[in-house]
Amino acid sequence: MDYALVLIIQALSSIAMLILISIGLAIMFGMMKVINFAHGEFLMIGAYTSVMSVNAGVNFWVATFIVAPLSVAVVGLVVERLIIRYLYGRLIETMLATWGLSLLLMGAVTVIFGNTVTGISAPLGSVHIGAYSTSIYELVLIFFAAALTVGSAVFLKMTDIGLVARAAMQNPDITAVLGFDPNRIYCVTFVIGAAITGLAGALIAPLTGVSPGMGLAFVAKAFITVICAGPAVIVGSALVATTFGVVNTIVTFVATPVFGEVALLLSAIVLLRVMPNGLTSRFKRGAL
Amino acid sequence: MGMMHRRTFFKATTGIVAAPFISKYAFADDTIKVAAIHDVSGVLDILGKPMASMVAMAIDEINQAGGLLGRKIELVNFDTQSNNQLYGQYATEAATRYRVAAVFGAVTSASREVIRPILRRYKTLLFYSTQYEGGVCDRNIFCLGTTPGQKTVKIVPYAMKKFGKRVYTVAADYNFGHIVSKWHKKVVEENGGKFEGVEFFPLEQTDFGPTLKKIQSIKPDLVMADLVGSNHIGFFRQWTAAGMSGRIGLASTIFGTGNEQLFTNPAEHNGILTSATYFPEIDTPQNKEFVARAAKVTGTDRSPINELPAMSYYAPKLWAEGVKAAGTFDRDKVIQALEGNLTYNGPGGPVTVDGKCHHVSHDIYIAQAKNHSFELLEKYDQLPPSDTAAVCDLAANPNDTKQYVLGN
Amino acid sequence: MSVNTGAAGLKSLPAAQGFMGEGLVAGLVLAIAAAAALGFPFVADLYTTINATIFVSLCVLSLSLGLVWGYGGIFCLGQAAFFGLGGYSYAIAAINFDSTSMGVLCSLGVPMVFSAALGYFIFWGRIGDVYVGVITLTVSLIFSQLLNGSAGDNYVIGQVPLGGFNGIPSTPQLTLPGAADALSPEAIFGIAVICLALAYIVCRLFLASRAGKVMIAIRENETRAELLGYDSRIIKLITFILGAGIAGTAGMLFANCLTVTPNMFSLSNTAQIVIWVLIGGRGTLLGPLLGCLFIQLLSTKLGTSGVLNPELLLGAILIFFVMFVPSGLAPALQDAFARIVRRTRRG
Repeated sequence: MDYALVLIIQALSSIAMLILISIGLAIMFGMMKVINFAHGEFLMIGAYTSVMSVNAGVNFWVATFIVAPLSVAVVGLVVERLIIRYLYGRLIETMLATWGLSLLLMGAVTVIFGNTVTGISAPLGSVHIGAYSTSIYELVLIFFAAALTVGSAVFLKMTDIGLVARAAMQNPDITAVLGFDPNRIYCVTFVIGAAITGLAGALIAPLTGVSPGMGLAFVAKAFITVICAGPAVIVGSALVATTFGVVNTIVTFVATPVFGEVALLLSAIVLLRVMPNGLTSRFKRGAL
Repeated sequence: MGMMHRRTFFKATTGIVAAPFISKYAFADDTIKVAAIHDVSGVLDILGKPMASMVAMAIDEINQAGGLLGRKIELVNFDTQSNNQLYGQYATEAATRYRVAAVFGAVTSASREVIRPILRRYKTLLFYSTQYEGGVCDRNIFCLGTTPGQKTVKIVPYAMKKFGKRVYTVAADYNFGHIVSKWHKKVVEENGGKFEGVEFFPLEQTDFGPTLKKIQSIKPDLVMADLVGSNHIGFFRQWTAAGMSGRIGLASTIFGTGNEQLFTNPAEHNGILTSATYFPEIDTPQNKEFVARAAKVTGTDRSPINELPAMSYYAPKLWAEGVKAAGTFDRDKVIQALEGNLTYNGPGGPVTVDGKCHHVSHDIYIAQAKNHSFELLEKYDQLPPSDTAAVCDLAANPNDTKQYVLGN
Repeated sequence: MSVNTGAAGLKSLPAAQGFMGEGLVAGLVLAIAAAAALGFPFVADLYTTINATIFVSLCVLSLSLGLVWGYGGIFCLGQAAFFGLGGYSYAIAAINFDSTSMGVLCSLGVPMVFSAALGYFIFWGRIGDVYVGVITLTVSLIFSQLLNGSAGDNYVIGQVPLGGFNGIPSTPQLTLPGAADALSPEAIFGIAVICLALAYIVCRLFLASRAGKVMIAIRENETRAELLGYDSRIIKLITFILGAGIAGTAGMLFANCLTVTPNMFSLSNTAQIVIWVLIGGRGTLLGPLLGCLFIQLLSTKLGTSGVLNPELLLGAILIFFVMFVPSGLAPALQDAFARIVRRTRRG
């Protein structure tokens, strides 16, 4: 019984990790069809700024929720104004330019901060579940992943800004005719996506550690999750992450971590074969 | 303006393309060249950079003392950028273009296996300083790294005495991890313990949750954690976060070689046992002086000098001993000299060549991580490379080039 | 979502009408290749020859993506998978059958068979554009994961241990069919150059053929091509398989120079191939070769200069190219050349 509960928590934790690393990219991709291959580096910068703030004495929660997202938002703004702005609509070009950006950011961080940044420990300690113990922070991550998903969906559906963003996503020309500047909307959306990614990076930092190359471990999975999600990016990403997380956890428990990873990748292929336009391609038009 | 853009770019490109073939370096005839080939950039730079610095420092010191056999030693540095393809290219270049007398380098086993046949083919001596899985049997190479046979046989019983007899292993999923885990099983069972199992993690693994839960259900006394790379540091983080510190013992044969004690917090690493042939904390005047010199050379780079860069310092010095004993730089004579069980007295302790298998005997220390550094607990003098020596006899088979898989 | 394929189009394929013209071009290319194969080792150092062999094998790989993506419009991120399969098949077959000729055959056959299956899966499923990229990338990653985890003793095919992260040790080098001695590095360089020439000729012949022209029509507008009665799936499959075979050959050549490791399947390798084709120029056959050489020489030079962080520089170059030279080097060079010609003609 305890073991079953632990297993469920483990699966939820895997799902939460996938959601956290994907949701910023989902917003960027869903809104503007921008595949940001520097996504892993945005996560990395968020993690770095959070860790370095904490090492400098800032409170962990302030560093995670304020410093990290703000820093990455600034980076996102610079990147958008200098590079992405000229490449909207050109899917392959944005992918390649952001690939270059990813190399550039990794190199820059290595040169500036070197490779020896001490990480931070997960706060909040652990809790016992029968004979097992699990980190409370892991549970907190599950909560935040859910909160971010719901929050993004609510923001887009219920607020005015969200409405305008969705309109620009569906039809930029009409939106422009109605008086809203699509370029500004894209810029704001990119920056918000970057900020959320920075937050995600800061949230996972206590568990994964920081290094200039840490983003590489996440970018492929985030990319695959977002593409498989289909047009309704938020709901799609959450559903896809759930599928992947469950498959990964079960196979890892039954076999080895290697097979768990392979199973996750195989399920992506099966998913795309069955639903070539993503998981949510059959959803009602205009859904999130 | 657009056209000027492209034209000047075209010119620049031609320049870059032509450069390697146009510029011919002119070298003074009375210097002897050696090469250092390491990953100074890319994901392996935390290992490669200090190693390259230490090779350079050793060569500098040799030159300051008047050179070798009256000749100055010139070091050619290559940065393989964590890309094994470049290892092949640079090794060939070092051997055939610069005709170096020796190559110091390769960081991972994979990169070593790329350059070993190349350097053998071009008869260029290779010194490999990284601790690895053992078993390389090749007259053209000298391995200064520690091998599982040297370390496991001491640290596993020590850890079992401290924590208990039921042992579980987590290891990096590649040759090193597989071989060292076999050694764990062997030594655990030889010491009357019970080996509960092993889990292998790919090098990109960041989520250790499922395995931590598995370990919790098995409840061993001790977990041997031979993990490699910055992604695996997450294991120690998540271990502590899940409340397992202090409840189950942690030991490793390689913790510290990736500077894990720098990246984690005391709460996460205090008490982890590890073993190596060299720690900067070794308390002799010779070593203290060495550490100070090394700090000046590596400058603002915070990496402490652990076993890998230390052995990278030892390698040129050992080669120098061989050259002095042979009286020449000729490869075959230097090899013969080194095979006479030559010793180099390094700042951390001596290393003695085992002529029959081209590996060295090391002092082995057992230490405990404490507040971002190590506290030395126990020392064993000059343990021979028994694992490789058991399978490799270059006196009987001088043309052997195999890497034997140990631990079976 | 339609793919923006760049403005180069067919501009770069010098007009060679019909198969007669193509035959002439093929002859010329082979002659140049033979000259290079024989002459280059005489003027260059040994290490330059060996490095050049590595570069040539990567050029073949680059050419394969140039065909599949540049001309075919199939955004395939799986060339690394076929490259790796070619390399591994060569090593495994050569050791098990004690014959490098078998190795060469397998390095062609295995990737092509696999790509046929994968291509059937993708194209008959009407999967388009970015999703093709994701699936092929995922396939590469699966191979990478599986092979990285194959270090244990039980991962053996015939006599050959897969070796995990370290790869297969001591890949046998090419020998003449039936001979026992490995060929010299100069000879292997010659073979590599001939392979590159052959691959180039095969691509040109394909593009000049009816199937090739239909492929380009499909790239321009798939719906229109289908409405005109062509089955886009078969044409795409043929292009895909051709690309896989060429990539497999590249893998075989690469295996001869260095060892066969799972790194051939990695994400960074996949990125490299795409970067070469982008920088060199899509929609050309020579472009990918240029791009590959440019990046390879740059990386090699950076490693010996010790001045700049290589990642920083490479990233900056890539961004620069995407934004300012989007069609790539080859079309840019062609434009520059054409303008020079026009200028001199006028003046």
